[in-house]
Amino acid sequence: MRNHDESTRRRFLGLAGSAAVMGAVPIVTLRPAEATPAMLATAIGNVVGAAVVRTGKVKLDVPPLVENGNTVPMTVSVSSPMTPDDYVKSIHVFNEKNPQPNIGNFYLGPQAGRAQISTRIRLADSQKIVAIVQLSDGSFWSASADVVVTLAACTEEVI
Amino acid sequence: MASALINVPARAKHGEIIEIKTLMSHIMEPGYRHTADGVVVPRDIITSFTCRYNGVEIFRTDLFPAIAANPFITFFTVATESGKFDFEWIGDNGFAETASASITVE
Repeated sequence: MRNHDESTRRRFLGLAGSAAVMGAVPIVTLRPAEATPAMLATAIGNVVGAAVVRTGKVKLDVPPLVENGNTVPMTVSVSSPMTPDDYVKSIHVFNEKNPQPNIGNFYLGPQAGRAQISTRIRLADSQKIVAIVQLSDGSFWSASADVVVTLAACTEEVI
Repeated sequence: MASALINVPARAKHGEIIEIKTLMSHIMEPGYRHTADGVVVPRDIITSFTCRYNGVEIFRTDLFPAIAANPFITFFTVATESGKFDFEWIGDNGFAETASASITVE
């Protein structure tokens, strides 16, 4: 009985020690680089050009409050019939305050059936997310969402 | 080393809208982090993901460092004919992985 206790305590200490070592290995810090709203506007401009972006048709699902910015589930859906002459061509997602304004570009076609995509993204700060959608007629539609991030991505501090 | 998880329904009715879920294991190092010595950890991400249905491209994605590690992407397509879905991930440092899944359409 006593031996058993000791062995579990020893095992626990050993595990705790190795966990502490593993925790200390990824010593990385964030460069204070940050996209600005101007960079966001430029990135959007690169996609839409001079076209007018209207709000509506697009639904951007992001949790309003996230604890961990390293994996934030995100879903973009567009109300579109997805027929050969009226479909979603592409979905572009941008952010305001990550080091880089782009998050992802998704290219669809009428064969998708349903204009909806999901992925997991990184957020370095509480900020605004913007989704821009291009329809087959060339028009652009957008939706945005504000997210509050408690633990930012890429801000691991030196221990 | 790298491995993919693919979720495609094994069978579907003709014309049914099906959901495809994909996950590729990858570190997705954003390239904006520094070590304690101030050395930049070089960028290592997947930059592109493509899905082909019997050879025809049905979905494509450009990925950026803001995509979380182990990129998980889901999308939809209409089941039109039995056959194969081919998935391809391409990234930095010559990263290239493929996976496939078959479907029976009734």
